[in-house]
Amino acid sequence: MQDHIKHHLSDALLMAYSAGNLPEAFSLTVAAHISMCDECRARLGAFDTVGGALIDQAEAAPMAVGSLEATMERIKSAGDQTSRQRPAVRTGGVLPKPIQDYIRGDLDAVKWRSVGMGVKQAIMPTARDASARLLYIPAGAAVPDHGHKGTELTLVLQGAFRDEVDHFGPGDIEVANEDLDHTPVADIGADCICLAATDAPLRFRGFLPRIAQPFLRI
Amino acid sequence: MADTKEKQNDHWAGCIVRVRDVQDQAAFAELFNHFAPRVKAFLMKSGADATLAEECAQDVMATLWQKSHLFDPSRASAATWIFTIARNRRIDAIRKMKRPEPEDLPWGPDIEPDQADVLVLQQESEQLGQAISELPEKQRTLIEKAYFGDLTHNEIAEQTGLPLGTIKSRIRLALDRLRHAMK
Repeated sequence: MQDHIKHHLSDALLMAYSAGNLPEAFSLTVAAHISMCDECRARLGAFDTVGGALIDQAEAAPMAVGSLEATMERIKSAGDQTSRQRPAVRTGGVLPKPIQDYIRGDLDAVKWRSVGMGVKQAIMPTARDASARLLYIPAGAAVPDHGHKGTELTLVLQGAFRDEVDHFGPGDIEVANEDLDHTPVADIGADCICLAATDAPLRFRGFLPRIAQPFLRI
Repeated sequence: MADTKEKQNDHWAGCIVRVRDVQDQAAFAELFNHFAPRVKAFLMKSGADATLAEECAQDVMATLWQKSHLFDPSRASAATWIFTIARNRRIDAIRKMKRPEPEDLPWGPDIEPDQADVLVLQQESEQLGQAISELPEKQRTLIEKAYFGDLTHNEIAEQTGLPLGTIKSRIRLALDRLRHAMK
């Protein structure tokens, strides 16, 4: 139970996630936040109920003749092999289970690459319509001042950061759009680890980061 | 009217429980006859042609049978649960995308859910359905477009006419239930 979470998912993100209409990198970030946040888990349940109501009220499209029998055949031939699986429950570690699935392990399995000034990143293997990466920001360090073309989601997994908007602790998610130019700075107390997802390349203000950008894929 | 609808909700949940507990084929046939054509319609509105929608609707109903042990009537109505299966099938088969899922909480349908919780959840789902069916045409169309995959999250965010008030009490209920279950 994480009652200290102050920054939550927007209704638009939750609705699009419930509808199954987010890029994979965003779905990963949303799933990771919900793994940490009961309030957003409850809100997602309500959005799923809206989907259920639409199915319930849909005008029926008649099924083909013999479709029930065909489905029963399918069930019988599939047998019992899939029947007792349960969804994943976290068995320990710092990272929420959906992220652990992408790196096949917890924090010690992350293959960090330096992006300079002590900041490190690891890109998640998602579809290319958006990207997600783990960011490691040493205590007290800053991620270069940057703006966004699209939407950027930043979920704090460990430590905390502050930017022009507010202070973000474990479980908090910042939803930034084109209007925001910000410089996230990690708290002094501990190194900060975040999952950041964006549907457009970040634009850095400085000259050097800009030419480095295509190589870093950030 | 609302009363019969509520009983219907309980009825469908009861059918899934009978499939789950005793592999009841008659209960499955009832579910199939009601939900398969609706799932097919949902998939066609989401961009599948009739052949693909028919095949996916059969898949969805087969999955209902195979995963019936995961159905918990204190967490979802039959329609809500079937929606999540249909949505996942659509993402796989039609949009060919991945959708990571949140980790589950360490609770499960192994422990029989509290009947009072089941009743409240089913009623609440019914009231939400009622509220959606009574929405003005414009708002209803907006919601349908979002759920049939015609709106990106940015386009949803730009919509000011979304009737989000209708889901408020459902959220409160789910949160109470989570807190209760996690104690």
